[in-house]
Amino acid sequence: MAAKVCPRCGFYNSTFRKTCSLCSTPLDGEFSKEVAFKTSFYKVQSENNANSFFLVLFLFAFLIGLGFLFGRIFEIGYFGPIAALAISVVTTLIAYGGGKAIVMSISGAKRVTEREEPEFVHIVQEMSIASGVPMPETYIIETDAMNAFATGRDPKDGAVAITRGLLNKLTRDEISGVMAHEMAHIKHLDIRFSMLVGVLVGTIVMISDWMMRYMFYGRRSSRDRKNGGGAVLLIVAIALAIISPILAKLIQMAVSRKRELMADARAAEFTRNPEGLASALEKIGASSIKLDTATRATAHMFISNPFKDFSKKSSALFSTHPPIESRIRLLRSM
Amino acid sequence: MAALLIIIGIVLVFGFAVVGVYNSLVKEKNRVKNAWSQIDVQLKRRYDLIPNLVEVVRDYMSYEQETLTKVIEARNFAMGAKGVKQQAEAENMLSGTLKSLFAVMENYPQLKANENVMKLQEELTSTENKISYSRQFYNDSVMQFNTMVETFPNNIIAGIFNFKQFDFFAIPETEKQNVKVDLR
Repeated sequence: MAAKVCPRCGFYNSTFRKTCSLCSTPLDGEFSKEVAFKTSFYKVQSENNANSFFLVLFLFAFLIGLGFLFGRIFEIGYFGPIAALAISVVTTLIAYGGGKAIVMSISGAKRVTEREEPEFVHIVQEMSIASGVPMPETYIIETDAMNAFATGRDPKDGAVAITRGLLNKLTRDEISGVMAHEMAHIKHLDIRFSMLVGVLVGTIVMISDWMMRYMFYGRRSSRDRKNGGGAVLLIVAIALAIISPILAKLIQMAVSRKRELMADARAAEFTRNPEGLASALEKIGASSIKLDTATRATAHMFISNPFKDFSKKSSALFSTHPPIESRIRLLRSM
Repeated sequence: MAALLIIIGIVLVFGFAVVGVYNSLVKEKNRVKNAWSQIDVQLKRRYDLIPNLVEVVRDYMSYEQETLTKVIEARNFAMGAKGVKQQAEAENMLSGTLKSLFAVMENYPQLKANENVMKLQEELTSTENKISYSRQFYNDSVMQFNTMVETFPNNIIAGIFNFKQFDFFAIPETEKQNVKVDLR
């Protein structure tokens, strides 16, 4: 399955288009791209495992480097890197072991059983059978926003969450499509990588916030103001300036368009009904209600951008998600 | 001496390759068997649910005794069916009668108000879906296994250890025929 990707807005056009159907930019053959629809899921899994490993490695390197810097500045010697190592080991363990619970509680998701939400749980059971993935835990977020996500360490630890708004406004076939998409993320092990990104990146951001505050308030009253408080501040500012784009890049990696499109294709394979997911995406795209409980660290996990803050034409350049119109078009062409 | 070592090395490499292929064949075969047993689990669930639903709706639908009897008969027939072909036909007939029961139920608004009925209907709808998804998953697993058994060099090892291809779950002929609609 090939598509022509618009160089300006990133829209996936069908191959016979001469101009982009979203922003009318002329298309030439160079941007033609094979959309990996039939990639074996074993390959996707091993890619995700490698990504998860490098992510953790990167976190260790980053924090320990920061520890050295602090050890130097505050003349505490090797206590800095040792503390940093301890912090990174503990965060990784917490992220790996309890990431699901953390993500669910940040998102305000409540666990539901078959007795409380028969239809939703039944649909997840159906998709679990269709995909051969063990039955995940089921959660509901009480909000009118329309969104859904999956998380967990591996398929045995999987969990899916859906908002009340989505559950109320979609038909059974459409919910099946959305849940099949989430099952595909579980089967592809996308959930592990995106969970680690969410929790670890969240931790780094939190630590940098602490440091900034410590710089501003904590040090001001204490002993050595002459010992270059300004210089320290400058170094931290530079460090943050360097790290921020890398973090952003990581989050984008976690939701690369390929990942979402492959999950869409796999969902169509599970339900044998691409139209269900396509019309669900249409309804999700038409809704303008923001999801309040989504944060920058968890936004990439959702089926569509929970902030809704990108205009149609710029979306592909900045957004963590592929434009919803592209996905609908590809699903309808299956 | 060196020649002997080389021969031992080659034999070892071949041995490991055979063991690897054999183990993955066994794994895939068990997956197919598990997929098949999943279908039975769902069929059993349907047999259990139908009498409950009929019992609950009977009071409301006194004029529809015939439909209800047909459902129960189809269910009993399916439970007693022998052989794959008869079983498939019976299951198919049961699905048909259930569909007509659901259609008739639409005419009774008071049924929609009954929480018990709604719950049972949702359960049965989901079970119907689960039956077809588990058949689909079985067929997907069979296709994967059969491809594995057929491709080289697995086919040699499969031949030696007598791994046979599985049959697909075929849709019964009656289901493939177009529905004749009589509009008069």
